[in-house]
Amino acid sequence: MLWPLFFLMTAIHAELCQPDAENAFKVRLSIRTALGDKAYVWDTNEEYLFRAMVAFSMRKVPNRGATEISHVLLCNVTQRVSFWFVVTDPSKNHTLPAVEVQSAIRMNRNRINNAFSLNDHTLEFLKIPSTFAPPMEPSVPIWIIIFGVIFCIVIVAVTLLILSGIRQHRRNTKGPSGVDDTEDKCENTIAVENGIPCDPLDTKGGHINEVFLTEEERLTPL
Amino acid sequence: MAQVSELGQLEDGEDERPKWDNKVQYLLSCIGFAVGLGNIWRFPYLCQTYGGGAFLIPYFIALVFEGIPLFHIELAIGQRLRRGSLGVWMAISPYLGGVGLGCFTVSFLVSLYYNTVLVWVLWFFLNSFQHPLPWSTCPLDLNRTGFVPECQGSGTVSYFWYRQTLNISADISDSGTFQWWLFLCMVACWAIVYLCVIRGIESTGKAIYFTALFPYLVLTIFLVRGLTLPGAAEGLTYLFTPKMQTLQNPRVWLDAATQIFFSLSLAFGGHIAFASYNPPSAVSALLFCLCRNILSLINEFDFPEQSIPRDDYPTVLLHLNATQPERVARLPLKACHLEDFLDKSASGPGLAFIIFTEAVLNMPGATGWAILFFGMLFTLGLSSMFGNMEGVITPLLDMGILPKGIPKEALTGLVCLMCFLSATCFTLQSGSYWLEIFDNFAASLNLIIFAFFEVVGVIYVYGMKRFCDDIEWMTGQRPGLYWRMTWYVVSPLLLLSIFLAYIILLAHKAPSYKAWNPQYEQFPLKQEKLYPGWVQVICVLLSFLPSLWVPGVALAQLLCRQRQKWKDAQLESGLKLQNGRHC
Repeated sequence: MLWPLFFLMTAIHAELCQPDAENAFKVRLSIRTALGDKAYVWDTNEEYLFRAMVAFSMRKVPNRGATEISHVLLCNVTQRVSFWFVVTDPSKNHTLPAVEVQSAIRMNRNRINNAFSLNDHTLEFLKIPSTFAPPMEPSVPIWIIIFGVIFCIVIVAVTLLILSGIRQHRRNTKGPSGVDDTEDKCENTIAVENGIPCDPLDTKGGHINEVFLTEEERLTPL
Repeated sequence: MAQVSELGQLEDGEDERPKWDNKVQYLLSCIGFAVGLGNIWRFPYLCQTYGGGAFLIPYFIALVFEGIPLFHIELAIGQRLRRGSLGVWMAISPYLGGVGLGCFTVSFLVSLYYNTVLVWVLWFFLNSFQHPLPWSTCPLDLNRTGFVPECQGSGTVSYFWYRQTLNISADISDSGTFQWWLFLCMVACWAIVYLCVIRGIESTGKAIYFTALFPYLVLTIFLVRGLTLPGAAEGLTYLFTPKMQTLQNPRVWLDAATQIFFSLSLAFGGHIAFASYNPPSAVSALLFCLCRNILSLINEFDFPEQSIPRDDYPTVLLHLNATQPERVARLPLKACHLEDFLDKSASGPGLAFIIFTEAVLNMPGATGWAILFFGMLFTLGLSSMFGNMEGVITPLLDMGILPKGIPKEALTGLVCLMCFLSATCFTLQSGSYWLEIFDNFAASLNLIIFAFFEVVGVIYVYGMKRFCDDIEWMTGQRPGLYWRMTWYVVSPLLLLSIFLAYIILLAHKAPSYKAWNPQYEQFPLKQEKLYPGWVQVICVLLSFLPSLWVPGVALAQLLCRQRQKWKDAQLESGLKLQNGRHC
């Protein structure tokens, strides 16, 4: 008596969950890529967990009737691991609209990923794009800070150089006039011989006679 | 550089000429001025445009027969006559005064765009102070479901360069807006240049020890690192196998000849650096391409994970293509060839930036390396930039444009301000295209013409014997046969033939450029476009206007002489009449 019913149920299930069926989603897992040596084997227990997570996501949607694990159907499991799943309504006659399933899964994507120790790339829901976390951006871009520092240093250096240049210029213009004053004062007392004041001739430092300057010193030796 | 004659004589207008502290400083300064962005930025992208090894042949020929003889002439004549670049030519012959003025104009044009490259370097330097580096990831699109499509197509580094740095437009006539971040960096760059140029050679003499030697240290480290990565051998063999048909293009010879002016004999460092970066990034791109194809196959046919090793990929693909061709045809499988990645990874002025930033990404401690590298590049460019500015400022001082009361600092400030205002056009969205134009046209032809006149002027007008006597007096040795042969015959002939070939080429084929257009079907390949008419006119003007100083000044001198003779003749006849009256 129960056998025909059983066959009917499986037939209906087979119809509801098929590759490219309406409201069906393909899932692809890359366990070995994610975990390497610590990869677990995909068996029916893992499938059970998956169905539980999908049911959990659907239950979290407000104003939706309680979804049971038995309402989530899996089919076409390959070695990859990949499979298709659908979520049926309590009557198990038709599947829930894809949009609802999609939004439910997106809301709880993180929890589903964590349950399997995978991430958005290794647990792929084809046709359900995942939302990336926003990048960490400080309020002021770092390059502006560094720029500000360098620019301030440059401005300070330029100002210092200009000021020192002005000071040197002023010193040069004052210097020769100072020497002139002392010369005027000394002129009355300096002894003059042949029109040349004696003083410079007696100084120990003496003058440099440019005639005897060798060319070597004027040019950088090659 | 053509303005290297300044090295022989220094501050002008003062009684006591400053000189270098010692021979080492002088040599290092020569190296520092000669080594610059020309080696690390310009040489690699020229090399790649003309297919690697083939470019080295005309480069060496130009170096031996043009570069070194010319360099020697400039240093010797500069040291002998001890005048500024204007004074030297007036001393040799008043009719050649135009060469000095022309060099001054070219220096001005070159400094505009050379500093813009420094602006880019500064931008990268400022952005290197973060972890992870900003060019390692793509930004997310608006609804945060994926990456920006342009970035996905082109790769993170290219996207950072073309979009986030330049914000480049798809066409040169589409100027776009000023990019405020580049504008800020430009202000900082010109301020730094002004800071260095205020005091002149006294301060740079000390800094040159660092700025000339440090780059070689860093480049050696990069070279060693690059050579130890897998795929280095293939990349190097690819780069050093010359493609002989490129030698028939006169543009190669012209670029080789002018590259001499930008980097004298030290481009080897840049070339090897380039060779060491390109292979690893190309090989990793190849591996990435293969992996992507394999993943597509695995996903489509639901094979178990990691079931197709990279080496088996071709056989598996063949087998699948035979059994289920329709499903394979639907997949977006790309052909993965190493040559494609070596050829099309990047080109143009952005080459150095894209290649080096990619190389830095793959190193451990990427942030530190990036800071080091871009800091080095900045100091390199700055030391060369200093030579450029001296080529602009010294002639202005010689000509005595400003009255005596105004200090030198004001003049240099004014010059830097004018250059800065003129260079702001490079911060537009089409700025990179304009920079390429300036790089290709402003310097090349003019420098060839001036070099020709330099050789002819010194050897034929000043006199070969007199020049050789001067060199013997300065160094104690008479120049040998190689020098005399190249000065007399080979250099002028080589320069003249390159010049003529280039004119013919320009008339024959309209110049074109490669534009970055995200809407292009073959994106990320660049789209080849012709320059519009008004841009071609600007190219021609840039190529020839600075050279017009030479005939212009010669003509002016001739007219002056004629007028003088006519005046003298009139005076004489007037005096005769007077004398006659008093007979």
